[in-house]
Amino acid sequence: MINLIIDVSRYLMILLIALYTYLNFRYFSFQDDKRKNSICRRQNILMFLIHLLAYGIIWLETEDERMLVFYGAQVLFFFGYLLLYRLFYRNLSKLLVNNMCMLLSIGFIMLTRLSFDKAVKQFTIVVVAAAVTCIIPFIIDRVWQLSKIPWVYGIGGVILLGIVCVAGTTSYGAQLSIGVAGFSFQPSEFVKISYVFFIATMFYRSVSNRTILLVSGVSALHVLILVLSKDLGSALIFFITYVFMLFIATGKWRYLLGGTAGGILASTLAFQLFSHVKTRVAAWLNPWSDIAGKGYQISQSLFAIGTGGWFGMGLYRGMPRKIPVVEKDFIFSAISEEMGGIFALCVLLICLGCFLQFMMVAGNMQAVFYKLIAFGLGMIYAIQVFLTVGGVTKFIPSTGVTLPLVSYGGSSVLSTFIIFGIIQGLYILKRNEEEEDQYES
Amino acid sequence: MKANANPKANHQILILTYGIVLLFIGLVVYYGYFLQVKSDSVINNSYNARLDSFADRVVRGEIRSSNGQVLARTDVDGEGHETRVYPYDSMFAHAVGYSVNGKTGLEAQSNFYLLTSHVNIMEQVINELSSRKNQGDNVVTTLDVDLQKKAYEALGKRNGAVVVMEPDTGKILAMVSKPDYNPNTILSDWNSLVAEENTSGQLLNRATQGLYPPGSTFKIVTALEYIRENPENYKDYVFDCDGIYENGDYSIKCYHETAHGHQNFTQAFANSCNGAFSNLGLMMDLNGLRNTSQQLLFNTDLSLPFPSNRSSYIMAPGADTWQILQTAIGQGQTQITPLHNAMITAAIANGGTLMKPYLIDHVENAGGDIIKKFVPQAYGNIMTAEESAKMTELMQAVITEGTGSALRTDAYTVAGKTGSAEFDKNKETHAWFVGYAPAEHPKIAVSVIVEEGGSGGKTAAPIARSLFDLYFSR
Repeated sequence: MINLIIDVSRYLMILLIALYTYLNFRYFSFQDDKRKNSICRRQNILMFLIHLLAYGIIWLETEDERMLVFYGAQVLFFFGYLLLYRLFYRNLSKLLVNNMCMLLSIGFIMLTRLSFDKAVKQFTIVVVAAAVTCIIPFIIDRVWQLSKIPWVYGIGGVILLGIVCVAGTTSYGAQLSIGVAGFSFQPSEFVKISYVFFIATMFYRSVSNRTILLVSGVSALHVLILVLSKDLGSALIFFITYVFMLFIATGKWRYLLGGTAGGILASTLAFQLFSHVKTRVAAWLNPWSDIAGKGYQISQSLFAIGTGGWFGMGLYRGMPRKIPVVEKDFIFSAISEEMGGIFALCVLLICLGCFLQFMMVAGNMQAVFYKLIAFGLGMIYAIQVFLTVGGVTKFIPSTGVTLPLVSYGGSSVLSTFIIFGIIQGLYILKRNEEEEDQYES
Repeated sequence: MKANANPKANHQILILTYGIVLLFIGLVVYYGYFLQVKSDSVINNSYNARLDSFADRVVRGEIRSSNGQVLARTDVDGEGHETRVYPYDSMFAHAVGYSVNGKTGLEAQSNFYLLTSHVNIMEQVINELSSRKNQGDNVVTTLDVDLQKKAYEALGKRNGAVVVMEPDTGKILAMVSKPDYNPNTILSDWNSLVAEENTSGQLLNRATQGLYPPGSTFKIVTALEYIRENPENYKDYVFDCDGIYENGDYSIKCYHETAHGHQNFTQAFANSCNGAFSNLGLMMDLNGLRNTSQQLLFNTDLSLPFPSNRSSYIMAPGADTWQILQTAIGQGQTQITPLHNAMITAAIANGGTLMKPYLIDHVENAGGDIIKKFVPQAYGNIMTAEESAKMTELMQAVITEGTGSALRTDAYTVAGKTGSAEFDKNKETHAWFVGYAPAEHPKIAVSVIVEEGGSGGKTAAPIARSLFDLYFSR
């Protein structure tokens, strides 16, 4: 009987998330606020239903009362977050907040299934991050000084990355994190943001050749340190983001083409120079030839995705924990295995929806500084999603980055909250301006 | 605020956004393709522990012959204990395999299908409510029980292997390897089967993995290369055989030192004259012979859905005379599997086009609805139609005037080649026969090897005869 309930819920969840995803894109086609608001309300209902069904299954499978308490705490959090955000900021983008909550809830579901302790830890971090980053839109609106301190961003970023490179702890062959007061802290997640701010503040001031040379130099330094730390995923994200931002700031195609050519050259060079790059590429080209060794992680991921198929095995019915670091870099495979390929694709499309919103904000901003920030952060987000999902599905070589808001990891969650908070701030800023214009005219 | 230095910024942001959206669409399409098309072959892997957990909810399906006889089934007793039953005992041992202590044969190859259930939704609900397992899908093979039985009995107590194939589809109709084991009792026999002092290798599927010297069946390759080098006048070749061909310090003997006398090319092939073919080898472009061998899939992974060993052809240009003399007649270092020999034969029968050998015809659910159908696939052309016609002519002569006399009959025409492969001076030769029938419109191809069976014409050819007789009597 339980099996039946679980099976039915599984299909129901797929249906609900498909609907949610549909609404996410339908939203863009409406102009008037009333219909947009009604879509967002329906999305909230869908999210809470999926969340309820999933925790229902989790409880049936584990018969652990702690799950119920944990579920209750999450519901309280989501209610509180959705409600308070609306109270503080009248002109917020509800869609963006909805998508954050949707992705967070999927992350909670999957993490609870993988490791209760980690899920609780993640939840705690999310609550703190949500509370702290709540004021970001407020700051964005008022603190214009943010555009005046490029060298704080630039030098701060380089120093932070440098510390990790020299003194960081090694995990899976890369120096990613440093220990601070018992917490493992992953600076590259935050340097991403300061990096975008650095580029935006510099290019907002001038796009003279001298500035371009200077910014290129500092950016290259970031990328170089990341490569030395063997954090190739981040290095790639940083590099592409710089080339794109340079292109948008100057409007010159030759920078985009030159940057792309340079990127290809650098990748080839990295392939020749670093054995771990070769290893990754080899594991990508043919994971089956060394299935017990270098190809283990990616082949386990493909087993998980393939065995799950379109409709998934059902929560607790798969073996996602066979995949090393499944709760971080490979969470997408776990979702696909147990919740189904359709569900996982919906997650991917929700992420794409977030990216489109980022780009719309970028397009709507008049000020170069804000435009570049929205654009840069959006690109960072999109590239990261693409690298992680593409990596675990063997579309591209695996680079070892997390799926923002879904993967386990405090630094990743906090930095994503900051990114979304900044975008939200810019969105609110713009809407407030528009409103003022309307009153004036 | 400062005005925008780049007036086209929004337009360019749009372009890059399209670019990213395109990347995501690519990813989605790839993902869908993987789930829909690729995943079956990916997940059916012994490293995928997930499949084992399927057995908690599904009763392993049946493996069946092409016309529906059960080759393997799972019986469930009142208390839910499951037993895998093989009604034909050891007859299909290597083809079907076993599914305890690891899996082999079709049990391994079709593991995913057997453990996946496609019974209809209502039945699933009823099973669920009465906490019964769902019945797994059944795998219907290409195997023909009658032919398998004939091959199994014809090989008798001798060691060796038989492969029967359809040349125009690649369907494997029979696959026997001896010595064998009884899959019904494999658990209790296990220790003796894998014991160190047990050197007979019952668990090895000789048909797909046994590597043997091809002996005179390799003259097919040598003859093909000679035809390629002399397409117009290859038939002008003549040789006088007195039973022992001497070249410098080396001598090559014909089987039992039979003196074949004056031989033309066709006669030399039909009578399997070692002297004539060793002599041909010396006249040949060794690079060409190597290329032809490799085109016929020597030194190549056959990349089939079941495990197979790759046949090896070692000789390279610059080889010494002795190696050339030996290699040209299929002795020396060259090795081939019975399946590979069947494939070469089937390709000749099929006008030069090699079809991929396969064992699973389709998968159906417990109710008999087809879930997945496997269709014949071409491996590629390994020789031209003209070359295959020339080879057929030569191979027919083997039957009508040469060593394949055991297959002379009015009922059908046969093209083939015998072989008696020496592997140990003090032991009898391995007896080979490869061939197909009818020669004009081939329907089946066989490859037979009897270890230490002596003469291919006397030991292996009669086995092929009995298979053809059975096939054409139906």
